[in-house]
Amino acid sequence: MHELSVTVGLVDMIVDRLPADVRVTRVVLEIGRLSGVMTEPVRFCFDLVAAGTPLAGARLELTEPVGRGHCRRCGRDVDLPDLLTPCRCGSHEIDLTGGEQVRITAVEVTEEAG
Amino acid sequence: MCGTCGCDRTDESALETGAGAATRMLRLELDVLARNDEAARENRAWLAARRTAAVNLMSSPGSGKTTLLEHTIPGLTGAVECAVIEGDQETRLDAERIRASGAPAVQVNTGTGCHLDAASVGRALRELDPPPGPGRLDPHRGAVDPHRGSVDPHRGSVVLIENVGNLVCPGLFDLGETARVVLTSVTEGEDKPTKYPHMYRAADLILLTKVDLLPWLAFDGDQFTDAVRQVNPSVRVLAVSANDGAGLSDWFSWLRALATAA
Repeated sequence: MHELSVTVGLVDMIVDRLPADVRVTRVVLEIGRLSGVMTEPVRFCFDLVAAGTPLAGARLELTEPVGRGHCRRCGRDVDLPDLLTPCRCGSHEIDLTGGEQVRITAVEVTEEAG
Repeated sequence: MCGTCGCDRTDESALETGAGAATRMLRLELDVLARNDEAARENRAWLAARRTAAVNLMSSPGSGKTTLLEHTIPGLTGAVECAVIEGDQETRLDAERIRASGAPAVQVNTGTGCHLDAASVGRALRELDPPPGPGRLDPHRGAVDPHRGSVDPHRGSVVLIENVGNLVCPGLFDLGETARVVLTSVTEGEDKPTKYPHMYRAADLILLTKVDLLPWLAFDGDQFTDAVRQVNPSVRVLAVSANDGAGLSDWFSWLRALATAA
């Protein structure tokens, strides 16, 4: 389950960039529908991985941007529900242009009292 | 890292005031796989400096990766120097098999991890590199250390990376490889490419293995190729058998071309 390493990576990246004495209360994350990363296992892993870090108890706010592609045959830009659906022209030669990202957009932090 | 210019500063200019005065938003715009991608870039530079190609071999468990490598190493003797990085959750069995076939090998045990990542491959690459000393290979001059033999990567050399047997997770992690090869054995059925499209989409070469078993199976090669074309229209598919040697010369030629271009 690669979602565990993805989640460990995301928690580490945030911890590395936090100012001193703050607690993270919300993490805004984009997981593209063609990224190969599933949102449910990330949610499941997040609480476990975040425990004992300044992210403990933070809320995950996930969006799942749709897949987008550019057809090499007809030049259309199309929405892609998955990697198997061909372009409307029937071609499978599609360059992905969106929906592959796993991205931390922002975090909400609260100053630690005292 | 700042999402605008790539500097290390966290962008606090876009602060929003939250409910409490002490709550604020930090805009980060971080690619979660960036750390792996950075390690992969380092591996690529390391390999390029030694004019060495690296091949990331991926498949489900039991498709014949190690057996293919056991036949590949002697088949390339004299043409391409090989070294192998073996990824498995546990045991050093595969590295021992590879060493017995004549190539240096480093075993990476991932424990509970289901894939290799660029950092673990980077450490393994450095283990394959000879330590400084007399007779050490200089990648720019091509001197060969007689005591270390083929461990020294030089022009015309390839590091074969056998990933953990898994058709899902390894596909997400760039190791810094020159090419990705996906193996599928004929006993796995024709529909593997459409069931695991992420893996097959990223392949630079697909090897259909164990084709010596075809007389005893209802495997339809055309159906397999159609499934491959759905997810990766231009990829080359080679049918091979380590048992009877079918197709191996094409596989060796492909590797030679890759190593020569490195």
